[in-house]
Amino acid sequence: MRKNPLELLRGLWTTFRSMLESPVTYQYPEIKRPVRERFRGRHELKRYENGLEKCIGCALCAAACPADAIFVEAAENTDEERYSPGERYASTYEINLLRCIFCGFCEDSCPTEAIVLEQNYEVSFTSRRQAIYTKDLLLVPVPTNGRQTPMKVPPGSFERAVPEMEDAK
Amino acid sequence: MTKSLVTLTIDGIEVSVPEGTLIVDAAKKVGIDIPVFCYHPKLHPVGMCRMCLVEIGRPARDRSTGEPIFDEDGQQVIHFGPNLETSCTTPVGEGWVIRVNSEKAREGRKQIVEYLLTSHPLDCPICDKGGECPLQNLTMEHGPGTSRFLFDEKIDLDKHVPLGELIFLDRERCIQCARCVRFQEEVVDDPVLGFTNRGRRLEIITSSDPGFDSYFSGNTTDICPVGALTTADFRFGARPWELNRAASICPHCPVGCNLTLNTRREARAEGRDVIKRVMPRQNEHVNEIWICDKGRFAHHFASSIERLTKPMVRVNGDLVQVGWDEALVRATEGLKDALGRSKGGLVGIAGGRASNEDLYVFRRFIEGLDGHTVLDDNLAGGDLTREMGVGRGTDLGQIGPGDVILVIASDLHEEAPIWWLRLKQAVERGAELIVANARATRLDRYAAHIIRYPYRRAVQTALGLLHAVTKRADLSPFVGDKSLQKVAKLFMKAENAIIFYGREGLDYKASEALAQACASLLTSTDHVGRANNGLIAVWPRVNTQGAWDMGLQPIPSGLGEILEQASAVYVMASDPVADDASLETLLREDTFLVVQELFMTPTAELADVVFPARSFIEREGTYTSGEHRVQRFYPAVLPLGGTKSDWRIVTSLANAMGIELNFPSAAAVMLAIAESVPNYSDLTYQALTIAESQWPHVGGESLYFGGNAFKNSQGLGVQVGPAAEPGEPSEVALTMPVEESEEDGLLLVPITRLYDRGTTVLPSKVLHPRLERLHIELNPKDASHLGVIDGAQVEFRMNGKRFQLPARLVATVPEGIALMPRSLGVSVVNPIPVQISSVE
Ligand code: SF4
Ligand code: SF4
Ligand code: SF4
Ligand code: SF4
Ligand code: FES
Repeated sequence: MRKNPLELLRGLWTTFRSMLESPVTYQYPEIKRPVRERFRGRHELKRYENGLEKCIGCALCAAACPADAIFVEAAENTDEERYSPGERYASTYEINLLRCIFCGFCEDSCPTEAIVLEQNYEVSFTSRRQAIYTKDLLLVPVPTNGRQTPMKVPPGSFERAVPEMEDAK
Repeated sequence: MTKSLVTLTIDGIEVSVPEGTLIVDAAKKVGIDIPVFCYHPKLHPVGMCRMCLVEIGRPARDRSTGEPIFDEDGQQVIHFGPNLETSCTTPVGEGWVIRVNSEKAREGRKQIVEYLLTSHPLDCPICDKGGECPLQNLTMEHGPGTSRFLFDEKIDLDKHVPLGELIFLDRERCIQCARCVRFQEEVVDDPVLGFTNRGRRLEIITSSDPGFDSYFSGNTTDICPVGALTTADFRFGARPWELNRAASICPHCPVGCNLTLNTRREARAEGRDVIKRVMPRQNEHVNEIWICDKGRFAHHFASSIERLTKPMVRVNGDLVQVGWDEALVRATEGLKDALGRSKGGLVGIAGGRASNEDLYVFRRFIEGLDGHTVLDDNLAGGDLTREMGVGRGTDLGQIGPGDVILVIASDLHEEAPIWWLRLKQAVERGAELIVANARATRLDRYAAHIIRYPYRRAVQTALGLLHAVTKRADLSPFVGDKSLQKVAKLFMKAENAIIFYGREGLDYKASEALAQACASLLTSTDHVGRANNGLIAVWPRVNTQGAWDMGLQPIPSGLGEILEQASAVYVMASDPVADDASLETLLREDTFLVVQELFMTPTAELADVVFPARSFIEREGTYTSGEHRVQRFYPAVLPLGGTKSDWRIVTSLANAMGIELNFPSAAAVMLAIAESVPNYSDLTYQALTIAESQWPHVGGESLYFGGNAFKNSQGLGVQVGPAAEPGEPSEVALTMPVEESEEDGLLLVPITRLYDRGTTVLPSKVLHPRLERLHIELNPKDASHLGVIDGAQVEFRMNGKRFQLPARLVATVPEGIALMPRSLGVSVVNPIPVQISSVE
């Protein structure tokens, strides 16, 4: 192969030029790199604006999960103690994050868009027990103007078994 | 009566089925699934849902001659009509050609699915049926995938309608198939459900008070093809695919219904495995695909937090928890010490709740110590049912025309609901039923003859019947009226005859005399030793028959005498003190008492050593049903820590006491049983697991067809025959009844109610609203003499104690009688005269 000195110079130029560019590394944890919009990080259980939980305890996420990381136990809502607008809510909701492979199937299978893999990737544990995220850890805070669950609601305000959703965006 | 065969072709497969078979069944028999919603193989077809549409081709015939037409190839011409037809209402015809999967038929069914879903709420994510739902499955298989109907036009109906305390209805999910309505009407004759309104507004309602008042209500949730009917017990409990399953046997009555226990590990139960629901498991010889609501809902006792989990020994007068080793040492020393003393020996008391394995090992142990075993029960005749019980191959589902069944001194609807159901069905097939009891019961409405006798004269009645058959001179004092003669004639010409006898209004000795009279009636009419013939006792417990077979039997005079002489008493799965408080003093004295139990019962409270036993959901074993069918149950959940199976507790203790009883497993105990109990000789655990395929298909692939009952792949059990060979002349000794003098006051008679308040029922909270409350039932005439009105408090004295409780006036209670349901708080073992007075 014939050597072309011009090529050599071009390569050196690339090296030289990058010395003048600003660095691409981030000084984590002081500085955090923003993630892509569709990044799949730690799950969150969402709420409606009024504070009710979106999760209706259907366990479809648990059924879809290829890693068998989710455990759901359901119970029935009453108007005295209402957690979700449906008939049923998750009385126990746990994700074992050591098992989870962040595939997002749970999010896909959820009929109410309750479980969402958000952008938090800072999950670390010092024991196996800690790797199990329980419902109180996964649930997002109550929005302003919303009320804490369980809440008391006037009888008959929620009558659908599965709350009617707007079309997925 | 054999029906002639009809041959037809279904989707190219030629099939021959008996005349009158419906196309849908014929197809199912050769493995072609025609989807159905309203059709159910155990109900009459109604053709309501149109899901089963097929093309039916009939051989064309010449109009003038009526001769079949052939084409030029010599093939018969088949004429297909223009319309699809319902295969669930059309019986097969000779030479027909059925197209199930043709383009046209598939299209027709597709439209039906689309139509059924026009107003279906699509609750699948949270619906209890989701995952095992015929509508879901058939929609996936036959549905169009999209709908031309507008989502917003779905109508909203009530989603939370308690039909009763046990069953909830979701009106939106109902597809109006009427399976539930028809089940209640046709199968169990409790027509408490009905339709109201028409068209899309059609609704299921209940017409009873309390709502959905039927002992069989849970079965409607199994055959409802959608999640419209759910049980209070399982509602939102788990998704079906999350459940584990184990085969089991219902522990509540002598029918021995086959069950599947669905279990799951729960956070709510601190990570323990718990039973989420009890489902029927198909056994067409026993319970078909049904169970009663007691079997379905009264399972919570097994996982109750009240269960004993540690052995206990008495230290300074109190029971304290100790380890197994210490408890075994204490029991060994205590027994040795007590038996070394000069006073009487060891008495072993066991109940009919224990399995065959437990009871066999128990008898070997007690007898090894020269002790005496006693079965804690007050119905006699287990020796007779062993000799003259129903023959091998008996199936109440086969009883029909020409067969006779006598039920005497028992209220089957309350004592053994599935037997009640099977006898009702036998009558519908043409069998003749004779019901003899001192009062009206629910079985009466199917009886060809009702024999009414005064309480205390059951034996005389049976002997009268025997006299009418045999004309034996020594029985002439019991000659009855014409109706007895009629019944006797029926017996004599019956092809098959079965007698069910119970204990209502009888003490132990009278029940023995009754059993003898009934057995004698069967032998003298030659109705023993064959299939569908023989004697069945309506035992109070699931395995009382097994206990007799294992060599235990009650003491006619009661436990008092023998306990007085005992220096050590060993109690397994029985609670004699609860039934008879007077035994308390006998056990309290210097008797050494060992108890193995699930709960801290009144008997266990008195014990010196208490061993915690496993319940039927945590272990394996076998029960022998009243029909002498030996059936296996399997462990469903991990045992409660610290508990052991009854038979293992006994063998550990036996070995510590120097009696060789070594069995590695329950199966090994069964081998030993087979060696020593004659009619159990060919039993092994393997033999009990044989399950040939049964009709109709249920569960799994076929849940759209027969419902959600589980298919039986774990064994139909083995019916062990009676010891008597057919034709063997067997003379039954008779005991003549002693005439009892009439006493003043009312005769207090204990009766059985299905939903009592016993230890195995009470922990099931879901049943609480339906449990019987403590009361006494009086005839309105007696009540007015006493000045008692319905609901008023009355009092009486019995065995030196005063009782006060509300009275209920019931017209079917005979005059001079007061009925007291068992296990509600006041224990009455035998009928006893009492003076009842009203409380101001
Ligand atoms: S992201 Fe995937 S692996 Fe993780 S919980 Fe969801 S379904 Fe399971
Ligand atoms: S997160 Fe969604 S899929 Fe999972 S149980 Fe809740 S509602 Fe069902
Ligand atoms: S409740 Fe169920 S079984 Fe009854 S009519 Fe409706 S769909 Fe049929
Ligand atoms: S009929 Fe008897 S064995 Fe069958 S489910 Fe009811 S209680 Fe259990
Ligand atoms: S019409 Fe045949 S199954 Fe409903």
